[in-house]
Amino acid sequence: MYELFKNLGKWLTSGSQWAGSDGIAHRLAEHLQYSLLATLIAAAIGLPLGLLIGHTGKGAFLAINLASFGRALPTVGLVVLVFLASGLSMWPVYIALVALAVPSIVTNTYAGMTAVDPDVKDAARGQGMRGHQVLFQVELPLALPLIMTGLRLALIQVVSTATVAAYVSFGGLGRFVFDGLAQRDLVQVLGGAVLVAVVAIVLDLGLSGLQRFLFRHRTA
Amino acid sequence: MIQFDAVHKRFPNGTTAVHDLSLEMPEGGVTVLVGSSGCGKTTTLRMINRMIDPTSGVIKVGGKDVTQQDAAELRRSIGYVIQQSGLFPHRTVLDNIATVPLLLGHGRKKARARATELLETVGLAADAGKRYPHQLSGGQQQRVGVARALAADPPVLLMDEPFGAVDPVVRTQLQDELLRLQKELNKTIVFVTHDIDEAVRLGDRIAIFRTGGHLVQCAAPAELLARPADDFVADFLGAERGLKLLSLTTLADVPQGPAPEGGNWTLVLDAARKPLHWAAKDVELPVRPLTDGDSLLAALNESVASPNGLIARVDAAGVLTGVSSRDDIHTHAGQAHAEARVAA
Repeated sequence: MYELFKNLGKWLTSGSQWAGSDGIAHRLAEHLQYSLLATLIAAAIGLPLGLLIGHTGKGAFLAINLASFGRALPTVGLVVLVFLASGLSMWPVYIALVALAVPSIVTNTYAGMTAVDPDVKDAARGQGMRGHQVLFQVELPLALPLIMTGLRLALIQVVSTATVAAYVSFGGLGRFVFDGLAQRDLVQVLGGAVLVAVVAIVLDLGLSGLQRFLFRHRTA
Repeated sequence: MIQFDAVHKRFPNGTTAVHDLSLEMPEGGVTVLVGSSGCGKTTTLRMINRMIDPTSGVIKVGGKDVTQQDAAELRRSIGYVIQQSGLFPHRTVLDNIATVPLLLGHGRKKARARATELLETVGLAADAGKRYPHQLSGGQQQRVGVARALAADPPVLLMDEPFGAVDPVVRTQLQDELLRLQKELNKTIVFVTHDIDEAVRLGDRIAIFRTGGHLVQCAAPAELLARPADDFVADFLGAERGLKLLSLTTLADVPQGPAPEGGNWTLVLDAARKPLHWAAKDVELPVRPLTDGDSLLAALNESVASPNGLIARVDAAGVLTGVSSRDDIHTHAGQAHAEARVAA
């Protein structure tokens, strides 16, 4: 056991392991690129959807059930399915990751919108704001803390799951996990897993810190 | 002037909120809509700025049918204050007040300047402008709500139980402020409350609603108190409606005489002839001097508390002008009632 951790430490800190096109640095960059792109696409889909449902109150059923749908979705299964349909491309990876991220974003955006005090919305309308002005000047800014929570959760989920890219022969930190498994190299498997976990935790802490800073004037 | 003509409001769930309402709310006056919850008073108010549209009938503000106007533009031309103030928690007080001027496209600088001016109008310190709503007390938030409603200087002000959520002391202060503001600004105000004392205090006219959206009676407070239309109104006004009527009459016409000398009780004055207290052999009792502007109700209250049934009358500077007896106040109270019955 001790030996394993010693080797893991060596693996994680050796300069040669970080360099090159199959080094940690490059894999990390790939991993972040997949994650950020997938989360961005998910945000482009999920944010308008959540805002629309929250603003109009129509389709709340969808917003609420999307969450349990998201939890039940077998990501690897989806990757394989799209892989079989589309052949070797990044499509399966992005579709699976986006499908994973959209529910958190929609559900939290919707939750943020419904948490806006009805009196405040009423007052906004009563002062003469039009629908879009209520949405962008009042509801959206007030829902922002929860919307950001949704984006953060989505990004963390995606980062943790982006290892599947390696499953269909692409890069990212999953490369170490799958290659390690194939080569029966436990240190490499563990190294990849630890890196993914560290990236997820660092992002989570960083983003919650940012949230706290941005919304420091808010009471709740 | 605001006119309701045969206005009916039925909600999709089948409840009738307002039933065949025809009512005029005079320009430059305070019309108070009062009644227990579910009587349609808030629905009536909200139909004026099209927060709710009537099922049938016509509502006119300044002679123009409201449903013929763009709802958002109409609302910008009508001040709107609600119970929980409805301030925007993510905006500073100043930006909250500047809401409507900004919507109307006045520049940010001009809107802020106007907002700063309004802080003073509603009795808030200038540095309150930089704060956020949650940093203010309930009463202060309500003042900001009023300032926001006044920002574009609308001729009409709708107030939906604006002082319902603040404690009684602050509520009285806010009512006083509103009366003072109204003297200056002369707005057409529609005010919803379930508190009959507030209605009597603020209203030039009071409209009493009954559950089911029926308007029962609309009259000046004195008329309402002296001649309630039916038992429902009488009940609503409460057992002390006779005393409430006295709160509408001032002390000015009650005769006064010189302060008694030599009796059991002497009114002790300071060097400037301002009353200090009532004094007997070795007892001192407090005195609360009244001015001509105070109500008969206050006078009656003071005369009951006073050791010899006399109240001390002072001028605006607090200098003694004379005393009035319990009998004089009683006689005058009876006259006030008789006059209200006849005049109404």
